[in-house]
Amino acid sequence: MRARIWGCRGSIAAPGPETIRYGGNTSCVEVRGDHGEVIVLDAGTGARPLGNALLGEKVSRIDLLLTHLHVDHLEGLGLFGPIWSPDTELHIWGPPSPIASLDERIATYFSPPLFPVHLSEVPARVTFHDAPREPWTIGSIAVAAHPILHPGATVGYRLDSGGRSLAYVTDHEPALGTDLDAVGTSWISGYALAHRADLLIHDCQYTDAEYTSHVGWGHPSVTHVASFARRAEVDRLVMFHHHPGHDDDELDEMRGAMVAAWQVEPERCIVAAEGAELLV
Amino acid sequence: MAEHATQHHLVLILARDFASRLSTPVFLVDAEGSVIYFNEGAERVLGRRFVEGPGMEAAEWSTAFAPSDDDGNPIALEELPLGVAIIERRPDHRMLRIRNIDGTERPIEVTAFPLFAHEDECLGAIAIFWERPGGSSSEAKPSGSPPEI
Repeated sequence: MRARIWGCRGSIAAPGPETIRYGGNTSCVEVRGDHGEVIVLDAGTGARPLGNALLGEKVSRIDLLLTHLHVDHLEGLGLFGPIWSPDTELHIWGPPSPIASLDERIATYFSPPLFPVHLSEVPARVTFHDAPREPWTIGSIAVAAHPILHPGATVGYRLDSGGRSLAYVTDHEPALGTDLDAVGTSWISGYALAHRADLLIHDCQYTDAEYTSHVGWGHPSVTHVASFARRAEVDRLVMFHHHPGHDDDELDEMRGAMVAAWQVEPERCIVAAEGAELLV
Repeated sequence: MAEHATQHHLVLILARDFASRLSTPVFLVDAEGSVIYFNEGAERVLGRRFVEGPGMEAAEWSTAFAPSDDDGNPIALEELPLGVAIIERRPDHRMLRIRNIDGTERPIEVTAFPLFAHEDECLGAIAIFWERPGGSSSEAKPSGSPPEI
């Protein structure tokens, strides 16, 4: 599998000269399977340029895996080019909710007055799926979704193919109420998704100092992510969902703190950057 | 999928976290009825420390503490509030007596309810209990004695 980052900013897009190296678009990751599968992880503003690229390739089937429906993970869907093409077969997967169906919840955003067109009017052939409780397959890729600790219905995903694995666990506060270094691994949110993943893309929104005033907001500190990566025995970590207020230099400092806290070789810790391609 | 990696459902993780912060005794079981956690408040009442690892199965915990009604009649698993929550998947409440590890009999009041992640997905059950006024007795209450109020 190959992954390409199209958006890695959290909460709200943050374009500008201070974020030029790592980018300002919100969450969107493209994953290509070894047999041509096209999986898109979240539809933040990074989905707009990704959609343009997919239209250029005339990709017919796309599977969009939504972790949750907070706006920064959904706001790019309306300008995702393939959704405006009748040739597109789009499968949208997302966390189930007892309150409303996935399409009803997406349409809350994708309809007037927040968006000029209603979701039901898009020309693409869209099928909505509650993320199954048991693993399923998209082409040759085995996919698993588990609920993770974040306000509202939220899942993380794990993709396994050809003996390699990618875990996408963003918007995740695994240390809420828990000492990650002391608790048994079976009691750690997201653990099974990340366990021995070759590549873990994980929320890394706050510095340790910032976290103290944001407990319960659904995002971790650097130290929490280091503990999570250590307990889950991941190979490489991609720091993701950057705080919109963090400039490029601050993200470099957070990486230094992460390497020190995780106590691994620096090359195992990567700051997500728009345009970066990662071989899994 | 992560080979051999298992973890509890997020609902159970949150339930344990919630229980660990309460002084009120709480007992948490999985969908099969095996104990997966009880808090310090429950440790005091039961006289037993919680140990991580494979927990007591329902058949064991439902007899280990010799639950009985106030007349001293044993209560079977399916009549215990936690048993009702697991077997019938509905809430239940009742007064009963248990005998802790050192033989002390304790009158308690128990409320139990099943934990559903989705309408068709029961993950386990949680029991919250209180010691009733009247204190504990180090000797088994003779059958037929009037209930303590």
